[in-house]
Amino acid sequence: MADTSQGTGGLTFDNSKRSWPNELNILLALIIIIAIFELVGQTFPYMNGQSFLFDTNDRFDSIFNEARLQIIVLQVAIIGIIALGVTQVIITGGIDLSSGPLVAATAMVAMSFAQTELVNGNPNPKALFGVWAMDLPVVIPIVVGLTFGAFIGAINGTFIAYFRIPPFIATLGMFLICRGIALLWSNGQPVSFPTESFKFLGSGMMPVVWFLALAAVFHIILRFTVYGKHTYAIGSNEVAARMSGINVRRHKVMVYMIASMLAAFAGIVLSSKGATAQAGMGEFYELFAIAMAVIGGISLTGGRGSIIGTVLGAMVIGVIRSGFTYVKLDGAYQLVAMGAIIIAAVVLDQYRQRNRA
Amino acid sequence: MSDDFVLRTENLTKHYGGVHALEGANFELRKGEHVAIMGDNGAGKSTFVRQITGVEQRTNGRVWLYGEEVNFSGPLEAREYGVETVFQTLALADDLDVPDNLFLGRERTYANWLGPFRLLDYKAMRQSTLDALNRTGVKIPNIRNTIQNMSGGQRQCVAIARTATFHSKLTIMDEPTAALGVQETAQVENIIRTLKEEGEPLILISHNMRQVMDLVDRIIVFRRGRICANLKKEETNGEDVVAYITGAKTQKEYMVENAT
Repeated sequence: MADTSQGTGGLTFDNSKRSWPNELNILLALIIIIAIFELVGQTFPYMNGQSFLFDTNDRFDSIFNEARLQIIVLQVAIIGIIALGVTQVIITGGIDLSSGPLVAATAMVAMSFAQTELVNGNPNPKALFGVWAMDLPVVIPIVVGLTFGAFIGAINGTFIAYFRIPPFIATLGMFLICRGIALLWSNGQPVSFPTESFKFLGSGMMPVVWFLALAAVFHIILRFTVYGKHTYAIGSNEVAARMSGINVRRHKVMVYMIASMLAAFAGIVLSSKGATAQAGMGEFYELFAIAMAVIGGISLTGGRGSIIGTVLGAMVIGVIRSGFTYVKLDGAYQLVAMGAIIIAAVVLDQYRQRNRA
Repeated sequence: MSDDFVLRTENLTKHYGGVHALEGANFELRKGEHVAIMGDNGAGKSTFVRQITGVEQRTNGRVWLYGEEVNFSGPLEAREYGVETVFQTLALADDLDVPDNLFLGRERTYANWLGPFRLLDYKAMRQSTLDALNRTGVKIPNIRNTIQNMSGGQRQCVAIARTATFHSKLTIMDEPTAALGVQETAQVENIIRTLKEEGEPLILISHNMRQVMDLVDRIIVFRRGRICANLKKEETNGEDVVAYITGAKTQKEYMVENAT
């Protein structure tokens, strides 16, 4: 200690010394929640010994109740796609409230270019445009929808980064604007009867495929690319990021654009899944997407969190939804439980932060 | 003008409205030289630095770096030119680890055709970080720790190591040890000595007389927005410097007529 050139220890790079990842806590919580539902199912007589996750029909080729597993992931997949974008926005220290209405607006816009000319031999009763917009290749509605999303995201980002409007306000305004666009687009009428190839985008387990594929892509992007590193840096210390030569404004616009494009894609998948687009779609999606991120350990102050966390957060919400149906409790309890879990997640996060500092 | 100068300013002036924060500063820094800037609070030290690093735009005057006249429109431009500043408030991202912070904004990458999605070369950055820390003698238990888990001294060392990693053309430190304990201060001072040995020019703003006397070759004293003394370390002592700081003395060449 007498030698003043010494700090507190040796100079090392030790992989084993990495701290306990937050994602493991969420996984643990997920397992505990599943165990509680399982226990309730086994204990209470009215459940007739049904199992939550495991197969009870004694089919010899399966262990799990696949139908339930599929429902759990399927019902959160589309909101999960939005949550992937919201995660990135929150990591920069922002928030995106506009994603729910953007889902509806994009669904309307994209569906208008995905309609089929003839329905059972008759002209499409919900036709919005002329024949020129009918039976187009599936790429066109996708490209139109994503472009629309990118445009909305660019506006969000520009107002937040260049005009210094607080993200909450800017995206709240866009929340209303997008809902308005969705209503105006076809005067409140639903747009329906898409082509077969468009229907395929959201058919069956496709939403889950999209969700997991996009999650993998954005996990890699956030973890291993310059874009990801700068996203964390901006959320962690915006001044430091600017002083380090990061073009913070341009980067923020890019993050909001990507988030809105993911929400737009969720809108495309959702309209494809239901084979119709309505102005009222995607209600509360933005809040559930934020909830998934928050449960997944994304800090609202920015700088911390991961895509894996958000995916686990989505699973928590899926398990709770499905679990409450399983134990035959009313949907209202679901909302109460979910609200409690969101608050608990934030309280735990803050507690952990304080302990660390 | 000799090529010997790292930094030269002529009549550098900054007014904030009616407040004359900096008035006609003529300053020179030679290659390999370490210079301290001292003065009371509000004497114009930080203002002087802010004009050089482009954080603020000067009201008047000219600045040369390595014989080339420069007009930085912002701190980024200064940084790209090679002027590194260690600020009083540390410019580190708390949630990132040491290599991330060292290379923030100038990451080593591959697959550059991917544009903003180009891949980070973690291995190279980790190795360079270890090299830089070895070179500056900074000891950090685990470079994979995030900055928020580190002590003030370790943070300051990371910030300084960053300037050392990139062989800056000019390093400016604004009270680097103001918030540090004894041992941490010693560690920072050791890094400054290493920079001296490597011949990297440095401007040190400090209130710590012992530190200044220990580390630098020359002391510039600011008082009320003006330079009032340019002292060689060998030809002065603490009392003398204090006399200049408080206004008891002013060097002849810096005398100004009171009518302004």
